[in-house]
Amino acid sequence: MKKQKTIAFFLRLAVYLAAIITVGALFFLVGYILVKGVPNLSWKLFEWKYTTDNLSLMPALLNTILMTLLSLLIAVPLGVFAAIYLVEYAKRGSKLVSIIRMNAETLAGIPSIVYGLFGMLFFVTALKLGFSMLSGALTISIMILPVILRTSEEALMSVPDSFREGSFGLGAGRLRTVFRVVLPDAIPGILAGVILGVGRTVGETAALLYTAGTSSDTVSGIMDSARTLSVHMYALSQEGLYINQTYATAVVLLIIVVGINALSAALAKRVTKRRI
Amino acid sequence: MNNKKSLTRETAAGRNNQVREGAARILFLAAACVSILAVLLITVFLLVSGVPAIAEIGVFKFLLGTVWKPGNDIYGILPMILGSLYVTSGALILGVPIGVLTAIFLSRFASKKMVSFVKPAVQLLAGIPSVVYGFFGLVVIVPLLGGRGSMLAASIVLAIMILPTVITVSESSLNAVESSYYEGALALGATHERSVFSIILPAAKSGVTAAVILGIGRAIGEAMAVIMVAGNQPRMPQGILKGLRTLTTNIVMEMGYSADLHREALIATAVVLFVFILIINFLFSLTKRGKKA
Repeated sequence: MKKQKTIAFFLRLAVYLAAIITVGALFFLVGYILVKGVPNLSWKLFEWKYTTDNLSLMPALLNTILMTLLSLLIAVPLGVFAAIYLVEYAKRGSKLVSIIRMNAETLAGIPSIVYGLFGMLFFVTALKLGFSMLSGALTISIMILPVILRTSEEALMSVPDSFREGSFGLGAGRLRTVFRVVLPDAIPGILAGVILGVGRTVGETAALLYTAGTSSDTVSGIMDSARTLSVHMYALSQEGLYINQTYATAVVLLIIVVGINALSAALAKRVTKRRI
Repeated sequence: MNNKKSLTRETAAGRNNQVREGAARILFLAAACVSILAVLLITVFLLVSGVPAIAEIGVFKFLLGTVWKPGNDIYGILPMILGSLYVTSGALILGVPIGVLTAIFLSRFASKKMVSFVKPAVQLLAGIPSVVYGFFGLVVIVPLLGGRGSMLAASIVLAIMILPTVITVSESSLNAVESSYYEGALALGATHERSVFSIILPAAKSGVTAAVILGIGRAIGEAMAVIMVAGNQPRMPQGILKGLRTLTTNIVMEMGYSADLHREALIATAVVLFVFILIINFLFSLTKRGKKA
């Protein structure tokens, strides 16, 4: 009995310790970056033009926003439409559906550097788009496609069948049912997935290095080369001379990504709450 | 007369509707097939650009060669293959126990209040960009380990990075275990701890395995965090405190200035990485199928 108790005690200890390590790792990482980075935030870092003197992150920030919008413009319709097909049109258990799911899963597992190389070979070289915003956004949109597809699928599946039946009963066709009845109800869930995609785009580096390039200016068009904030931070840290500015850039990046994730989590929570 | 007119208008509208429905169906189907197209394109482009280089260098010389010297046209990627495997194994040794135990904590030990605190923390960990992880490793972990990039530093950073994957997937499989298992164990006189570890954990085995496999995929494919902490020397791994280079970092390091055979050899490196990932995906779908049966 006593032995039982000591074993139980150590198991309990291990479990609590693990949880403390997990949370501790997060707090240490975020805390360290904040403590070192916040004092280095200055107006110089947010000047409109990048020079080797001010190391402004503003152009990279603007590029990140443009890159994200452009990627969403491509990936969201593709992902949502694909989900509509899988949930609303395809026969349950059809062979095509399982093939599509398998491919989407494969896409989700491919490392970002492989996406980067593919983007370089296909968009940059074969389609002759060059190192550009467009090449980067196309690459990223394939990368975030599985995230958007899966969350949209789940959101559509969680819409009760009675909604569809009611709509059909009133004489609406499939298309009208999808856009007027099913989709509006699924929007918060889809949005949660889209925001996750935004988070991945903002944090991405490897897939962009050899597709969008590393030019440090704000783009003037989608055919310009552009570095996003993550790429900018990588470039700064590689040079090794600007450690303080790198800390500050990390703070900005961290705040954006944390905000995005919180937004997505809050939306997802609202969705599940409504269901119950 | 009037009646007839409205009838024809209706059938016209009906036909119009049918066309619209058909067009929408095709549009949705096309969007659904983009995933298939993307996987095909990625596979074809990597193979077409990478395989000729492997053929030119020689399969064995490429995969088992221990020297990587692009300047002398020597391309052996065994050091990088081993580098990736070592760094990933290290990340698993450190990350999996902590991840699975944290999942057990969330699923069976924590109060509701603690869950509402730890869970968002785990989600946050998943959202942090890999450059930030790498930078943290560079300024905190690398100095602690003697100031030079090393296998251990990379493994520690990757261990933190795979935690969210391991925790989330294991937790949901632990939550899915029927409560009658646990109650039965308690009724037989086992402690809470014992019931969790010898009844629930084994019952969730396939889910935990899936979590570990996903973690492997994430660790082996990570490039930016590793490049900042691993040292990146293209030589056979020489110990846990020595620098090494992985498949991913090999590509990032040299792609920028490579040309001709060197460039193709780097793409071939990605082919090898891609094959690893396909194997991991295959194993993952196997465990998932096992769970269903």
